[in-house]
Order: sequence, then structure tokens, then C-alpha cells
Amino acid sequence: MKAPTATSGPASTTGDPPPLEVHDLTVAYHKKPVLWGIDLVVPPGKLIGIVGPNGAGKSTLIKAAMGLLPISSGWVKIFGKEKNYRRVGYVPQRESVDWDFPVSVMDVVLMGRYGHLGLFKRPAKRDREIARECLDKVKMLPYANRQISNLSGGQQQRVFLARALAQESDLYFMDEPFAGVDAATESAIIELLHELKNRGKTLMVVHHDLPTARNYFDMLLLLNMRVVAFGPTEEVFTHELLQNTYGGRLTILSEVAEAVRQRGNGT
Amino acid sequence: MDTDGTNAPVPPEGRLGVRRLVAAFSRRDLSRRAGRRVARPKGGDKSPHSKNPRAASPSVSIRVHPWLILLLFLSTVSAHAARIGDIAETNIWEQALRFFTFQDPSVRYALIGSMLLGISCGLLGSFIVVRKMALVGDALSHAVLPGVAIGFLWNMSKDPLAIFIGATIAGLLGTVVVHAIKQTTHLKEDTALGLVLAVFFAVGICLLTIIQRLPTGNKSGIDKFLFGQAAAIGLTDLKLMAVVTALAVIVVWIGYKEFLVTSFDTGFAHSVGIPAQAFHYALMLLVAFAVVIALQAVGVVLVSAMLITPAAAAYLLTDRMHRMLWLASLFGLIAGAAGAFFSFLGPNLPTGPFMVLGATAVFALAFVFGPKHGVLTRWLRQRSRSARTQRENTLKSIYHVLEAREFQGDGVSLRELAERRRETNEEAQKQSRQLVKHDLATLHEEGNVIFLTPDGWQIAAAIVRNHRLWELYLTNAAHIAADHVHEDAEKIEHVLGEEVVRELERKLGFARQDPHGRVIPNPDDLRRAAASAPRDSLLGYGKRS
Repeated sequence: MKAPTATSGPASTTGDPPPLEVHDLTVAYHKKPVLWGIDLVVPPGKLIGIVGPNGAGKSTLIKAAMGLLPISSGWVKIFGKEKNYRRVGYVPQRESVDWDFPVSVMDVVLMGRYGHLGLFKRPAKRDREIARECLDKVKMLPYANRQISNLSGGQQQRVFLARALAQESDLYFMDEPFAGVDAATESAIIELLHELKNRGKTLMVVHHDLPTARNYFDMLLLLNMRVVAFGPTEEVFTHELLQNTYGGRLTILSEVAEAVRQRGNGT
Repeated sequence: MDTDGTNAPVPPEGRLGVRRLVAAFSRRDLSRRAGRRVARPKGGDKSPHSKNPRAASPSVSIRVHPWLILLLFLSTVSAHAARIGDIAETNIWEQALRFFTFQDPSVRYALIGSMLLGISCGLLGSFIVVRKMALVGDALSHAVLPGVAIGFLWNMSKDPLAIFIGATIAGLLGTVVVHAIKQTTHLKEDTALGLVLAVFFAVGICLLTIIQRLPTGNKSGIDKFLFGQAAAIGLTDLKLMAVVTALAVIVVWIGYKEFLVTSFDTGFAHSVGIPAQAFHYALMLLVAFAVVIALQAVGVVLVSAMLITPAAAAYLLTDRMHRMLWLASLFGLIAGAAGAFFSFLGPNLPTGPFMVLGATAVFALAFVFGPKHGVLTRWLRQRSRSARTQRENTLKSIYHVLEAREFQGDGVSLRELAERRRETNEEAQKQSRQLVKHDLATLHEEGNVIFLTPDGWQIAAAIVRNHRLWELYLTNAAHIAADHVHEDAEKIEHVLGEEVVRELERKLGFARQDPHGRVIPNPDDLRRAAASAPRDSLLGYGKRS
């Protein structure tokens, strides 16, 4: 049932560790499990959509994979190593930051270089050049010196993408990059994602719109607290599997999760 | 609260400790008061303050504040002796002169100390403000009070280092308790902050009450921790302030990049391997330090304002973090110096309120005159915009008058304009003068006839074009009925930029007629005509010879 293809990784036979390997990952918020026993081996060079209903743990999965959340059990390896910060790029949800913050577009993109710089080292000329190139790539170079509050939603998302590009990573996690952007930005983003993929990068994108998910992604990860299915889009995008992911009001898992939470709180 | 055991010679009076304390703070010299009380017969201590029913509030929570502030004013009114030298007899100008000649070392200490604390508070307050932690600063500053008292009790003297350590520990303990409440219950942060702020402050007040009643020890100055007295800053205090300020500046300088990214986007900072939590705690520790060194001069009650106000003023003036840090430090320094100066002018004036007023004055200036977000600037901008709209509407009306008579005849008379706009002649006259002032028209025949200048023509035609283009767009593209589009176009005509106009023209296939069948003028034609026409012909429209 789990992961019909691709988990029996051909990637591991080449000797190169897979971009992302998740083993028996369980994550809980306030003692309530949100992700249960996730096993996942992600092949390189793919554009992967993570889809599932609200509360399925999509954001939680990528945050836990990057080590932003405490995990209850299991482990995560990125290119064979735990806490492999330098090879991971991250595009958080746009609403997760305060867009009135006193920084310019350039300042934000430069933050993409921080991981390479290491602690306490300032960005150098080279880092500024890279940041400028990345801004150019998302067509935001003319806005480099603007304060970020003067941007539209689509422009904000492009800035976040430019920052991720500046990270020059091999594995990218993106949390709803298409949420609330205009059509032009949406197509610009998808074009950029394909370009990254063609350069051998692996991209895992949380996505909430099923119809477009089918066209955008090579592979889909259907998630609802557990991995319902993970494989090439044409194999996984079936009525039955989608029903399993979205259907039913309460799956037995979420009922049990609620019971665990109540026990944990001593009631 | 009853502390009779430690206070044998003093008559039993502990039941209303807070009231006593509040009353006590209205007096200047507490050690002398204590001495006098010892000499009194038992039961004779009927302070007039304790009879005051309003002061008898048993509440030990935030509600104490208004009374403390009220009594502060009473105390300044009834004060009679001086703290720095014999300043009671001199007048304000002599005092000001004394201040600026720095002859008195305590003046130097007070001034330098106030400036140092202003810098550290402004610098760290900037991060507090952009992280939306203003309430945390408030809670932290109130939570240090019990630490001050315990630091004093440690060796029964006002030892700056002991008080520094005690206060820092208490402040950090306060933030830990807030965190613990938030983590283990479903209460939200603001509730936890309010709770901790009040209870720590209450404990601090109780401990200070105990200290006031102790028979031994040099208690002078411990009362100044509530509202601050820059003149009480000693050399050791000053050294401590210098060390803390230097530490804050150095740490922020070195870790600027990390503080920036953890403040802006914690999750992202974490994802690139920056230990966001560690920087958060480092910042909280520095803020605790800054609060504690500021206590002596600003006082527990108001110190959070020194964190917030200079930073808030700076935030109104700039949209770059590094500039905000510089500005906030500068404003803090100015506020500190102002507080030290004004509190020196009169006998026994508290420093904290003056510093806060100084910082607020800077904030008010930024609020009103700020080049981008200032209220006055916005108002002026709004006014010039509406004046422009007004001019454009007048030009449009003149165009309409001329159009109605197929651009025949000499100029437009004021009466015609007034009729067209359904206004009085005086109104029309006023508007025509505005046009003349901006070189959009000239007045002739004793100011009764208006001729547009080429610039005036240009704008008039552009506005009419915008109006008609927009009407056409609304009816054609958005399928809105022709009789509904006028009102909308009245607003849009003033805001359409040249680029949007080009696009509209393209979309509408360069149409020449609006939905009501009127010609859409083309300012470009006008420009070409103006270039070839004789100078005084005014394009043959509203000609004059």
C-alpha cells in the first residue's frame, strides 16, 4: 500500500545516497501525533508534489525533514547525513513572515547565502553578485532596493524563490509557493522549478490544488498523516488513491491520535 | 507581608504594607524618616497618608501604578532638600549652567550613564520592536524588581554588582515562567505576561517594604529604583553601564546577520543551520542587562518605555534594520541626556519620567514630520493631490465649454465656467487663479476670460481622454451599462498613468469615440499642433489675436 514504486530505491545502488531518506518518522504537536511512521526514499532530480487535505501534515513533514520541529521517533537523512543544512533550500509559506520588517529585497535574498557563510561572517561581494543573479532570474532585479512591504503577493513569492536560489542547494523544500500569486508568477515559478529539476535538483513542493498538481509534478506524495502513496504522477493520481487520501471524514488514525492526546493530557 | 520579627523597634504597622510603602515613597528621605519613626512613642505613627482612603488600595497588581505616579507628583511638590550638592537654593538657570560646565562629578556620571543606557536600550529595543515583543520588555522590566531587593538584602547595601546579578536573575526567571505557562497550559502569551509582570512586581514591592523597615543598613537610594534618579549613579554603576553597553554593541555588531535573519524568519534561519533559539536567548539576556543598568536612572516602572519608544521612533523614519539600530541608539542617547538634564534642574526631580518624555518628544516629531509615514507629510501629500484633482477638473470643464461650441470663439468667460461647474462666479474665479498660478492658463479682460496655455491644453485633453477611454473600457470590456460608468471615470481619470493609457488604447483598438458618441481627444495631436502653430494662436481652439 505504501509507496508503490520508487521506495525500493534504485538510487542507493548507484552509491550516491538519496536526496532524502525518511525512516519511521513520527511527529507530534502537543502530544497529538500529526505524522505517523513515515517511510520515504526520494529519488534525485525529480519535481515532487506533496498533496493531501488540510491538517494532513504536509508542512509538518517538510519542517521535520529539515529539523525545524522536534521529532518523536525515527530519523531523517539528507544526502546520507543528518542536519545537512548546506544542501537544503527552503521556501517557507509567504504568510510566515512580517512583510513590514525593515529589510530590502536584496537583504532578504542575501539571507540565502547565510548558510554558506557560516556564523558571524558577513556577505562578501561574491554573495551580492549571486543574489543579484538570482533576483534577475525571477525578474525582480529592478526591485532590489525596495523595502519588502511595497511588493505584491506574487513579487513577495518571487523574492522568497530568489532567496532559495541563492542557497544553491541540491534539495529544495517549498511550502505552498503558488498560494495567492497571480497567473504570471505562477507560470514563472513552474518554469523555474522545471529549470532547477533539469539541473539535477530535487524539489519537494507542498501543493493544495489537485487539478494543477497533476500537470505540474513528476511525482506525487499523497499524504494524510501517513504516506498514502508515493510514485510517478500518472500511477498515483488515481481515483482510488485520492479517495483514500481525501475521503472519509475521520480516518481511524486521527481518532486514535485524538485518544493519544487526551491520554497525554491526563484525562 | 507582616515583618514584625525583623523590625522590633518599629511599632507594629504591617497590615497595610503596600499602603505604607506607597506613602513612604512620597517622602524624600527614607532613612531619616525611619529614624524619626524609631524615636516616636508606640502607636504615634499616624502618617497623614495612611488616612487617605484612596491610598489604601489593597491591590498589589498593576493597579498600584496610577497611585505611585500620583504620589510621585506629590513628592516632587513637597520635596525640600537636594540630592546633588546644595541645589535647593539656586535657580534653574544657575542649575543649567552648572550642568553644562560639568564641574560636579555626579553630574558627569549622571549624564554619561544616562547616555549609555539610552544607547543600549535603543539598540536592543529595536530588535524587541521588530520581533513584536514589546510586552515582553515590559514584563521583563517589572520582573527585575524582586531581584533588586534581594541584591540589596545580600549584604545590606546598595552594591551595584549584587543588585545587577539579582535583578538579571529575577528578570530571566520571569521570562522563564512566562514560557512555562505558555507551554504547559492553553493560556496565551499576553495572559502569561500580564500575570508574571504583576506578581513579580508585587513581590518586589513587598520586599522593598521590608527593606524600608529594617533598622540597619544604608537604605538611601533603594527607593529610587521605582522612578529612577540619574544623580544616584555612582562610579561603579557607571563602569557597569559601560561594560554592558559595550557588550551589547559588540554582540549586535558581530551577530548582526544572525539577529537579522532570526528576527525576520526564524524557520528559515533554522533551516540554514543558525541556532535561532540560542540567538533568541542571547538577545533576551542582553535586554535583561540593558534593563538592569537602566533601572537606577529610569526606574522599574518606566524602563520598558526606553526600550520601545526610541526604537518605535526610528522604525517610523527608516525601513532598513541597520539604520534603525543607529537611529534608535541616537534617540535613546538624546532621551537619556535630556532626562538627566531636566531632572537636574529642580530639586529631587525623578529622571525616568523626563527620559520617557524626551524619547516621546522624539517619537512625536517622527510621527508628525516623518518623511514617509509622518502624519503631516501624509496630510500635505493628500492636500496637494486633491488640489491637483481640483485643477484638473477645472481644466476639464473649460475643455467641455469649448467643445460645446465646437472650439469657436475667444477663450472661456468666468460666467461660462461657473455655469458649467454649477458654481458661483467667486468659485470659478478662485479656480482660474489656481490655473494661472501653475501656468496652465492666462487671464484677460480684467480677469474675466480664461485662455489655456499649451500646458493647460495638454492636461485638459489628457484628462478628458482618460475619462472617455475609461468609460469606453468599462462598457466594452467589463460590460457595464453606459449610464453607470461616468462616476467611476470621474475618479479614475486622475490616476491613470501614461503606460496604462497606452494599453487601454491598444485594447480598445485606438477608438476615437466614447460610449456617448463624443470624440476622445489625443494630446499627442495637440502637441504636434502646438509645435507648428504660431505662438499666440493657442492651437486655433480658444484663439486670441
